[in-house]
Amino acid sequence: MLSKVVKEKLVAIVSKENFDDAKTERLVYSYDSTPNLQSMPDAVVSPRNTKEVSEIVKVCNQYKVPIVPRGSGTNLCGGTCPTEGGVVILFKYMNKILDLDEENLTITVQPGVILVDVANAASAKGLFYPPDPGSMKIATIGGTINENAGGLRGLKYGVTRDYVIGLEVVMPNGDIIKTGGKLAKDVAGYDLTRLMVGSEGTLGIITEAILKLIPMPETKKTMLALYQDLEAAAKTVSKIIANKIIPITLEFLDQPTIMVVEDYSKIGLPTDAKAVLLIEQDGSPEVVNRDIEKIIEVCRQEGAVSVQVASTEEEALALAAARRTALSALARLKPTTVLEDATVPRSELAKMVRAINEIAEKYKLQICTFGHAGDGNLHPTCPTDSRNHEEMERVEMAFAEIFEKAVELGGTITGEHGVGVMKAPYLELKLGKEGIAVMKAIKQALDPNNIMNPGKVFAKEDRKRVVITNQGSAFRDDDKNRVVVTQ
Amino acid sequence: MTTVKEKEMIQEQFKVRMNEDELLNCMRCGFCLPACPTYIESGYKESHSPRGRIALMKAVVDGLIEPDEDFERSLNLCLGCVACETVCPSGVKYGHMLEEARDIVSQNKKYSLPTSIVRKTVFEGLFPHPNRMKNVTGLIGFYQRSGLQSIARKIGFLGILPEHLALMEKVLPEVATVKEMKNRPVHVEPIGKQTHRVAFFSGCLMDSMFMKTNDATIKLLQLAGCEIVIPEDQTCCGALHGHYGEKGGSKDLAKRNIKAFEDLNVDFIITNAGGCGAFLLGYDHMLKNDPIWSERAKKFTEKIQDVSEILVSVNFHKRVRLELSSQIITYQDSCHLRNVMKTASAPRLLLQSIKGAEYVEMKDADRCCGSAGIYNIIESEMSMKMLDYKMEQAKDTQAATIVTANPGCLLQMKVGIEKEGLSNKMRGIHIVDLLLEAVKQ
Ligand SMILES: Cc1cc2nc3c(=O)[nH]c(=O)nc-3n(C[C@H](O)[C@H](O)[C@H](O)COP(=O)(O)OP(=O)(O)OC[C@H]3O[C@@H](n4cnc5c(N)ncnc54)[C@H](O)[C@@H]3O)c2cc1C
Ligand code: SF4
Ligand code: SF4
Repeated sequence: MLSKVVKEKLVAIVSKENFDDAKTERLVYSYDSTPNLQSMPDAVVSPRNTKEVSEIVKVCNQYKVPIVPRGSGTNLCGGTCPTEGGVVILFKYMNKILDLDEENLTITVQPGVILVDVANAASAKGLFYPPDPGSMKIATIGGTINENAGGLRGLKYGVTRDYVIGLEVVMPNGDIIKTGGKLAKDVAGYDLTRLMVGSEGTLGIITEAILKLIPMPETKKTMLALYQDLEAAAKTVSKIIANKIIPITLEFLDQPTIMVVEDYSKIGLPTDAKAVLLIEQDGSPEVVNRDIEKIIEVCRQEGAVSVQVASTEEEALALAAARRTALSALARLKPTTVLEDATVPRSELAKMVRAINEIAEKYKLQICTFGHAGDGNLHPTCPTDSRNHEEMERVEMAFAEIFEKAVELGGTITGEHGVGVMKAPYLELKLGKEGIAVMKAIKQALDPNNIMNPGKVFAKEDRKRVVITNQGSAFRDDDKNRVVVTQ
Repeated sequence: MTTVKEKEMIQEQFKVRMNEDELLNCMRCGFCLPACPTYIESGYKESHSPRGRIALMKAVVDGLIEPDEDFERSLNLCLGCVACETVCPSGVKYGHMLEEARDIVSQNKKYSLPTSIVRKTVFEGLFPHPNRMKNVTGLIGFYQRSGLQSIARKIGFLGILPEHLALMEKVLPEVATVKEMKNRPVHVEPIGKQTHRVAFFSGCLMDSMFMKTNDATIKLLQLAGCEIVIPEDQTCCGALHGHYGEKGGSKDLAKRNIKAFEDLNVDFIITNAGGCGAFLLGYDHMLKNDPIWSERAKKFTEKIQDVSEILVSVNFHKRVRLELSSQIITYQDSCHLRNVMKTASAPRLLLQSIKGAEYVEMKDADRCCGSAGIYNIIESEMSMKMLDYKMEQAKDTQAATIVTANPGCLLQMKVGIEKEGLSNKMRGIHIVDLLLEAVKQ
């Protein structure tokens, strides 16, 4: 519960209708897209401008009230779950595109703008904003910057980080700073822009962002290749790139995923195929045609059993259907869907997929793997049931092994979903004690009272990943201020 | 107000009756948010989004919150348009959960006396009885013809009604006499070579207030070569009951309809109101646990088809010459027709085949117009916001004719046209009425 003073001060800043502490209104901000995790905030506030954000932060800093900035709550790492209560900040008013600058090729936006609206505004002017996470129709700019979201085009065009060139940030003490600008070059001091990207709301609140745009590629071509052998698919991936071709899309589905997708959408995939590659190239027509020709050749050389190239838009959509429906097909299998994003260097792809399949077998789980083969970012996905505690334990152990394996192969525990609550226990695996110490020092320097999204990124104790308690979903009851089990 | 006792009972019932698998099946991905009209119009409030509503239902089941006023508010403000279901990667059956939740709330609540009398009259005394429906609608006709309407309008009596109801009164179709309504055909022969034998679900409101549209439907089916059977003992589909927490009532109606259509030996059961059609389609789910009725319900629902689908499937638009004076026409989807019956391209195809007229697609034609059964009367503020948005889009098309495929949507469009002061240059019409107008023989 917020104290009376804090409540009064917050109401004075945002006005009564933009402060809510009714139980239902708090409940709907107690979760995000992370399975099985829920915890009540004490209040929800919706500031209308940067000044209000700054004033809110000052009050919270003074009274040491946790702040959880929230976009659309689609992150998969527990990043917006108010595990320590406090105030959820929404950006529903701060959702305007402020400026599209065709001379500097930039777009300036507020944090609540939905990603797809940025992409559309850009393409209306023949420009392109490449980051395209699967959630782009609902994810906000604030959320994608703070998770450094990726997508299907990461291999060729990079991720969110590569397009953020300037920020306005409210720091944990309420100061408002501006970093970067409409500049391609800027070496004035530390690169604070990059520090803020991917900081998961733990270092400050982004209130404005300048994003870089690039010219829209002229055309795009889509093709699909099927393999009877996992290694052959993986080798194709490496060989395409060794041929100095960087496709815009290089997506992969493993056999368990193919079976599930075919069962759901009946698009005619052979269920005995061991791997599917969806490949797309964009650019000028000459380059696209030349690259696609070469890619077809590589696929054949590496023993693809079938190679199809789309000649129309509809055909392209049909070929992409397998990849597009993967999540829908998987999500329908069981009530709970655990979607992860272990990432390895491209060259280790086959090893990683094989290891995942072995681990799934060892723990008697169904784990389907699909993902961005081009950049080694895999999505091992486990359809399960959070009410089955014994199975959830196994899910827990299986993913721990998957993360270990990824790091062992020179990869990471998360390629694009972020650390949040869920990966915090594994962060040391990737960074080592020393790496964590550096990050903690930064956090401590900027946010000494630990009010910004506390409990995220750094593990409190040796806590498990999939479920906080081994009993089921953990729920923080605000009145008693402790974690209670709900199932 | 909901009393403490009522809240406890509601909570208990939630635990017992809500489908836990379905609640858990929502992975909270938020993909449904941009599709939800109430989320958008409420200024992006999660409590008025599908994900939020499901979370609230689950929280009541889990005992994390009480089913208090705010909770009910969230459920009440939902349009039931199920646009959320069409984009859900997890295939969550939101519509079913909503119906169940509303039923639990309304069955465990004592409404204030006036509300409870109205509910009883409407749900038990009126809709299940075709003849009474006709009498009541007949009263509207009497009101219109007797001159009472023009007197009422002159005295400004309607000024005391809320804006929306007053507009509604203005746009009601000219209603047939009770005698006409009670003298309906039961069997109609095809014109030309027979293509199908079909049954026609005439609907309670359609067969009274919108009788002329039903006549037009029958005529089109005839022209499409259909022999048409119209069973006399059919009744209201029960949608209103189902959507407003009177599940028991809708089950009885379902059984009566299944029986009425069972032994007719027809290829299809044709509907011309998206709202009814979609509800009929849900009979199998509604009766799935009923050993006697589940199979029969399944057979029934397999035959349900919207009139535009059958017209397209027999190439009506190619057999019959369709022509209108030069004008732009646009189409507003009926949510239930589109999202539940999955009929979206057939009506568009038919409209595009009309010579002389130009079809222009309206932006967000698939977004709910805010009519949603009786939502526009109960939640008129939200409904009007949605209508205003809709009219903006309609105006952008420069259309002279807005076509719909459901009576509720049609009335709402007409209200919108009145409200915008556009009645001299824009009209709202049911698709079958427009098609019949375009038929050149
Ligand atoms: C089905 C599905 C598919 C997905 N696919 C992808 C994918 O392909 N690639 C990918 O990278 N991710 C993916 N995601 C994850 C998720 O959508 C992204 O992380 C997205 O960027 C989150 O955006 P959001 O607006 O929902 O942010 P939220 O979830 O609300 O917040 C994310 C983080 O940002 C912080 N935050 C939000 N706004 C601000 C602000 N203004 N200032 C400071 N901090 C802020 C929050 O505190 C939180 O830590 C997927 C998720 C789902 C459910
Ligand atoms: S789209 Fe489906 S699974 Fe996702 S939040 Fe909405 S109802 Fe839940
Ligand atoms: S039925 Fe319509 S109004 Fe209700 S939650 Fe779904 S999309 Fe929103």
